[in-house]
Amino acid sequence: MAESILELKNLCKYFGGVVAVDHLNIMVEHGKIISIIGPNGAGKTTIFNLITGFVKPSSGNIFYDGKEINGLKPYLIAKMQIARTFQNVQIFPQMTVLENVMVGRHVMSRSGFMFSTLLPPVFRTEEKKIREDAKQCLEIVGISHFAQYTAGSLPLGTQRQLEIARALAVEPKLILFDEPASGLNTRETLNMGKLIEKIKEMKITVVLVEHDMELVMDISDKVNVVNFGRCIASGDPFEIQSDPGVIAAYLGG
Amino acid sequence: MSSGGSFTDLLQFIFMGLQRGSIYAMVAMGFNMIYNSTGIINLAQGEFVVLGGLMMVSLTMSANISLPLAFVITVFFVTIVGILMERFTINPVKPPTVMRLIIITVAVSILLKGSAMCFWGKESHYMKHFSGTEPFEIMGATILPQTLWIFGILIIIVAAFIYFFNFTMTGKSMRACSINRDAARLAGINDRKMVMLSFALSAGIGAIAGIIVTPIIQMDYSRGALLGIKGFGAAVVGGLGNSIGAVVAGLLVGILEALGGGYISSHYMDAFALLILLIVLFIRPSGIFGSREASRLKEF
Amino acid sequence: MAQRDYFGLIIVAVIVTLIPRLIENEYYIGILVFTALNCLTCMGLCLLMGYAGQISLGHSAFYGIGAYATGILTVTLAWSPWIALGAGACFAALVAVVVGVPSLRLKGHYLAMATLGFGAIVHIVFVAAVDLTGGPNGIARIPHLDLFGIELSTDKSFFYFSWAVVILGLFFALNLIHSRVGRGLRAIHGSQDAAGSLGVNTARYKIQIFILSAVYASVAGSLYASFVNYIDPGPFDVMHSVLLVTMVAVGGMHNIWGALIGAVLLSILPEFLSELSDYFGGVGISYNPDYDMLIYGGILLAIMLFLPGGLVEGIRNFLRFSFNAVAKIKRRAFS
Repeated sequence: MAESILELKNLCKYFGGVVAVDHLNIMVEHGKIISIIGPNGAGKTTIFNLITGFVKPSSGNIFYDGKEINGLKPYLIAKMQIARTFQNVQIFPQMTVLENVMVGRHVMSRSGFMFSTLLPPVFRTEEKKIREDAKQCLEIVGISHFAQYTAGSLPLGTQRQLEIARALAVEPKLILFDEPASGLNTRETLNMGKLIEKIKEMKITVVLVEHDMELVMDISDKVNVVNFGRCIASGDPFEIQSDPGVIAAYLGG
Repeated sequence: MSSGGSFTDLLQFIFMGLQRGSIYAMVAMGFNMIYNSTGIINLAQGEFVVLGGLMMVSLTMSANISLPLAFVITVFFVTIVGILMERFTINPVKPPTVMRLIIITVAVSILLKGSAMCFWGKESHYMKHFSGTEPFEIMGATILPQTLWIFGILIIIVAAFIYFFNFTMTGKSMRACSINRDAARLAGINDRKMVMLSFALSAGIGAIAGIIVTPIIQMDYSRGALLGIKGFGAAVVGGLGNSIGAVVAGLLVGILEALGGGYISSHYMDAFALLILLIVLFIRPSGIFGSREASRLKEF
Repeated sequence: MAQRDYFGLIIVAVIVTLIPRLIENEYYIGILVFTALNCLTCMGLCLLMGYAGQISLGHSAFYGIGAYATGILTVTLAWSPWIALGAGACFAALVAVVVGVPSLRLKGHYLAMATLGFGAIVHIVFVAAVDLTGGPNGIARIPHLDLFGIELSTDKSFFYFSWAVVILGLFFALNLIHSRVGRGLRAIHGSQDAAGSLGVNTARYKIQIFILSAVYASVAGSLYASFVNYIDPGPFDVMHSVLLVTMVAVGGMHNIWGALIGAVLLSILPEFLSELSDYFGGVGISYNPDYDMLIYGGILLAIMLFLPGGLVEGIRNFLRFSFNAVAKIKRRAFS
């Protein structure tokens, strides 16, 4: 096993003439919570999109567990047990909460198109297992009581929890959270922090993009500060808070 | 046939292509106008052309109204139809999901088509040419006076269009809306009114296209769909939203279609324009004139 | 949830067996055969539009491919109608791959226009390829299908057969909906990005469902050719594609039952209206088939504006609403 679960090496992404990510180097160690912070437009979400295959890197490499994964399609990335959430929540609004999480079991189940068409669900043992596993994920996040609700009708906080439950259903080794606390109130943010720490206890590595500094400093093992697509500082929360370069980036000095 | 003869053929096909292409160009401009202000592709665009043509037939042939007056009345009438469409079928849709908007414009097109059939019947309608049918001869190829009318009116429309969008306040406001709606609203532009205006203008251009082409193609109620798709083809080739591109592309599509029909197979003439549409959609959906719109595709 | 759907399947079967006992008139039975064929096509289209969220305005092309495959292979090459049906379905699937792979990368309006263009091209080919399709004159003397040695030559026998095919198609569609793949498809509709991030191969699923819906349409087309014994390009034009979308949207595209009910309603509506006008003929109101288009357009527009989820969802919401209202009144009366 490689010593780091995820490694970005000289990663670059240009959109036309705009530099979104510029020779970025980040190491993510097993079982840690690593945060990426930076001002708006610093390229944080682009980093996630690069890792999960939604955009292809212009140059540079992404290594996951020692294997290069640049440019793979999102569904292949998911198969490697990397899960993510989205900045603007992307649940499936017309499906129930349980069904949402059941979609998350997709990579861990197999029945294909022909098989599904020909055989009614009662004869499929896999279907039952998917349901049970999905229920378990809801329990971990603590939203079991919403299982039969239509996902679109839930409040934002619960939708964010649902997105996390769904990501957990992938049985990820690495999970990427894109601003999980945005739009949440103080109490909800506190619970979100607890949930992320709980996920870390499940031996899942977490990469977190977040604006809520209190949350970031509270739970991160390591913080990377990104500005104009470059990593300008990296260290534990205490070091970051006293780094003059970081303060300058944030205060526009 | 001598080489001179084949050159004459070529010229003849090009004239025909330009004549057809002028109509596609106008339909494409109509598509663009609505697309720029709303992001909607109005699948009823072809029906505006049909309505314009048939209305003009009734006014000039049955009611014996003079050409210029009938022209104004027809354009006015179809513009009203466009405005009503926006007010009653586009404006009230909340939330405006893409699938719902597509089906709504389809519904409007069936309604307009059905009305046209009930009112004007299924037969095609003859209309007198604007100034006679005595063809001019240019290097062996012939060209109808009506075709010259079509070119002339296309040029006038393009000129008016450029003037409107570059030198009038309303035109500039519309452009502002299409570039950034929120910013335009902050600057005090009434964006809802601009949407209505875009439907009005788009219907008006459609009507004019219908009026000028009817003497040549003899309009009937069912022509809207094909005219619409081909016009859309021109809009896509020119880069959706880019109206000058649409004019060039419209003429190009017309010429390619006429050449295909002339040299390959006249039975498949209609298919050539559609094939161009599919090929461009599949290979370069941002159009062959520039890739500015590429990022915009993502909205859908 | 799933049990209720399979229960519905049994109800459909019961209704189908009862109908010929209630309706003697051969003409109406014939109408119900066409209804069955529309149901079959609309089910496929519903899987594509309502579940996977991909619009197609060119589905009558696949319907036509099935019909012409049966027509050409049985008449010109004297193949068995069954093999022709299978060959038609395979060919439709192939065309679906060729057209679907580049088309389904497009979204929304672009996809609508691409499929519309495709449908129009196929219709032009039906008209123009005279050597193959007979052009506007079409193909005549297409043989009947036979089943276990019984020739399906009467309207009644074909009625049973066509509805049996619908029930089979419905069974397959329901299986698919209530499966891992069906969930994947609905996820694509909800959010393509999220579906991808969970390991759903979005491109492949969209193609697969496009193929399936093309096969449904093609089978319906083959049955049409065998039933009518004569085909010409008329019924396979762009307008028919639009009509299919109308049926699916009116019934409710997010639910396979909605598509089915929409197809049934709109298939029998013109007959119902002309019947009604015969009844009112004495008072000077007469219905003319020319009004069909106006009626369809009006219904589609009204549904999209006021009940975007379709009739089935609208009725369900209405029932739920009135049920709640009644419960509230009761509660108030007792307290």
